[in-house]
Amino acid sequence: MSTIDNNYLRDTLSEKFGDKIINIEESYGVLDVIVKRDHVKAIIIDIKKDPLLDFNFLTSLCAVHFPDHKDAEIDVVYHLHSLYNNVRIRLHVLMPIADAVLPTMTDVFAAANWMERETFEFYGVKFTGHPDLRIILNVEDMDYHPLLKHYQLTDATRTDKEDKYFGR
Amino acid sequence: MAATTVPSTNLPEMYVGEGFGLTRMEKVVGLARANSIWPLPFATSCCGIEFMATMASTYDLGRFGSERLSFSPRQADLLMVMGTIAKKMGPILKQVYEQMAEPRWVIAVGACASSGGIFDTYSVLQGIDKVIPVDVYVPGCPPPPEAILDGILKIQELVKSEPFGYRQSDEYKQLLASYGIQV
Repeated sequence: MSTIDNNYLRDTLSEKFGDKIINIEESYGVLDVIVKRDHVKAIIIDIKKDPLLDFNFLTSLCAVHFPDHKDAEIDVVYHLHSLYNNVRIRLHVLMPIADAVLPTMTDVFAAANWMERETFEFYGVKFTGHPDLRIILNVEDMDYHPLLKHYQLTDATRTDKEDKYFGR
Repeated sequence: MAATTVPSTNLPEMYVGEGFGLTRMEKVVGLARANSIWPLPFATSCCGIEFMATMASTYDLGRFGSERLSFSPRQADLLMVMGTIAKKMGPILKQVYEQMAEPRWVIAVGACASSGGIFDTYSVLQGIDKVIPVDVYVPGCPPPPEAILDGILKIQELVKSEPFGYRQSDEYKQLLASYGIQV
């Protein structure tokens, strides 16, 4: 049984990556690690290949839009799981919405393919090097990224609602 | 010979004599059609569960001549759309409608199929009448089997009263054309 816990992980990551990491804090029992955009791919490859850490499973990849965080509106989150150690970790990359570009992770985790397409579809994050960055869930002619907060959630084609009663 | 005109909710108006009745051909055809509708259930969510109850023994849609569901659109008379239709499903729904032979009817069961319901959002079609013409809307979220049966009876009234030649009429062709559906 492995002895890796969050404290060990915190120390190891700080030692290994130093100033490539902006901040580490623990929330709900899992480490939230904010990393610099230029180094995120190298860090993920490193902690995947590391025989001790062994983060070999990409649980989830998604984005969050914080309209009030200036020059860090888009937060792309990687959830990684070390199945052998039974430890999870969250990596965050913050970036301005006007320049939401990341290197693809498809050559590291095949599972990243559809998740990157989904993140592109809903938040407009471009993953350079992705083999097929088309939208995946909505109708093909969807021409905007619906989960960005400056788009209204309600549908513009709705006809049975009086705008004044429904706050539009 | 005593002959009378008999109005009836079940039978069309007819001139009845001893051992015979006289009425119009379209009424007879309408009567036959209305009581042998083959529905095609297009069930995507909870309204579909209510439809299952509608088909089962307590409510028994078979009493109204619709015992036989058709899971092929080619043989169906009535398209029953029950549940939320995502925008991505819209073209598929339209294709199913186009595959049905004339005459065909459509019933939108529940709030979602009728108007999008609570799903006023980017991914959901705001009512199936955005892609295909609808004959009867059944309100409810979801509607109980009684409401679905009432919708079927409304469809039967439409079927009974459809005049000959309606499907060839300019009015009907214009309706289909407004949805971009080939005749």
